[in-house]
Amino acid sequence: MPAADSASLDQPPSPAVSVHAARVVFAGAALFDDLDVTLPGGRWTCLLGPSGVGKSTLLRHIIGLDSATDGDTVTCSDGRPLAGRAAFMAQRDALLPWLSVIDNVTLGSRLRGGRRGDGEDRARALLDGVGLSANAWDRPDTLSGGMRQRAALARTLMEDRPVVLMDEPFSALDAITRVRLQNLSARLLAGRTVLLVTHDPLEALRLGHRIHVMAGRPARLGEVLEPPGAPPRDVDDPAVLELQGDLLRRLAAAAEAA
Amino acid sequence: MRAVRPLAILAGLVLAWQAVVLATGAPPYILPGPAATAAAWVESRTLILDHAATTAAEILLGLLLGAALGTASALVMAYFRPARRWLLPVLVISQAIPVFALAPLLVLWLGYGLASKVAMATLIIYFPVTAAFTDGLRRTDPGWLDLARTMDASRWTILWHVRIPAAMPALASGLRVAAAVAPIGAVVGEWVGSSAGLGYLMLHANARMQVDLLFAALLTLAVMAVALYFAVDAGLRRAIAWQPETTPSSD
Repeated sequence: MPAADSASLDQPPSPAVSVHAARVVFAGAALFDDLDVTLPGGRWTCLLGPSGVGKSTLLRHIIGLDSATDGDTVTCSDGRPLAGRAAFMAQRDALLPWLSVIDNVTLGSRLRGGRRGDGEDRARALLDGVGLSANAWDRPDTLSGGMRQRAALARTLMEDRPVVLMDEPFSALDAITRVRLQNLSARLLAGRTVLLVTHDPLEALRLGHRIHVMAGRPARLGEVLEPPGAPPRDVDDPAVLELQGDLLRRLAAAAEAA
Repeated sequence: MRAVRPLAILAGLVLAWQAVVLATGAPPYILPGPAATAAAWVESRTLILDHAATTAAEILLGLLLGAALGTASALVMAYFRPARRWLLPVLVISQAIPVFALAPLLVLWLGYGLASKVAMATLIIYFPVTAAFTDGLRRTDPGWLDLARTMDASRWTILWHVRIPAAMPALASGLRVAAAVAPIGAVVGEWVGSSAGLGYLMLHANARMQVDLLFAALLTLAVMAVALYFAVDAGLRRAIAWQPETTPSSD
């Protein structure tokens, strides 16, 4: 994994993130209860499962967007809190329509009290990295879905946080755009601790170091699947194709259990 | 076509007006025709424009003050929960009392001059602006708020960088209504008690049976109101060009 190694040279290694005894009650029923999961440092962990099982809720619980629960279940391997060290990328790009692409990318610093124009050089470099340097001053509504999600990726990278939590970030894209964006993300986020919630077994198998299937109510995490080889794996990688059937069977079983 | 259409509408209205005059055979002191009104306008133009300037000042000041107060109230209510509980009933009460009933009181308190008319226009504008902006501030896309929270935004920076810009289209709706009703407030104030303004001029002309002058003043007021509305509308469209526009007729 040369990309991950070079990334770990210029920044401290990304911590592992552990969730211990997480509990979320939704409308009187426990969505999950006493749930444990560990995201190994610098690795991609993928979370699959039927709709409504609580994948997104778990992700929101980890990043602290779930106000209904008492926190303190999330710890990092380096002993420091996760707050302020995790970036979030959702299915919808959440680009602010009144800002140009570059102003969207630098939004975080302004929300933390910085000035307009702060970090613009870095933002330009990141936009260059996602192939949007020509669109820096365009408004989001002039971009295609794939370009918008690339802008969202640049915004996520701009935050430069060791932990990145992604909730189906590529699911609204067409097949080819999705594969390209998966490759781009795998390259640019190498070395960070990533949690990717997805519906797509192929996506999980291409990108994940570890794959969990979430099922049941209260939800449990299934046995971990660790595909061989470094991500991003090719779509026609024999290991990917072989495991895809296995993973689909697990998902089908999970859907029945739900 | 875009330039021709307003002219065509105007010509149609003038023709309809002339047709009514011809069909009813009403004498000029009851219903003057377009030609008589135009003649009265040309004859009394300095008088009309003088009074129009007063009314325009009342409308614009009322619009500015009402928009400023409405925007500020909406921000306070959006930001401080207790303020919402206390201010909202006051707001509704302010609308439940007809401005027309308050007009004599405002004239009594603030005098015959500009202040009572500005107050009237402000009162009539305040509610639509506050209600529209409050709604806008409360309907921020949850996805944007989630993102902002994960970026460690404070309440203030979320308000400034996310909620307020996102509420601009809603505020624009309120301001459009405000631009349309501001002239009503000013003229009602002038009717109740004033020494200048188009409403005052109309009242006097009416009392002296100068119906042609009344019509000339009325037309001037209409032109001012329409011009104000379209100017505000154009300005708002430009300011929030990012908001996609769709019309049900093109579905």
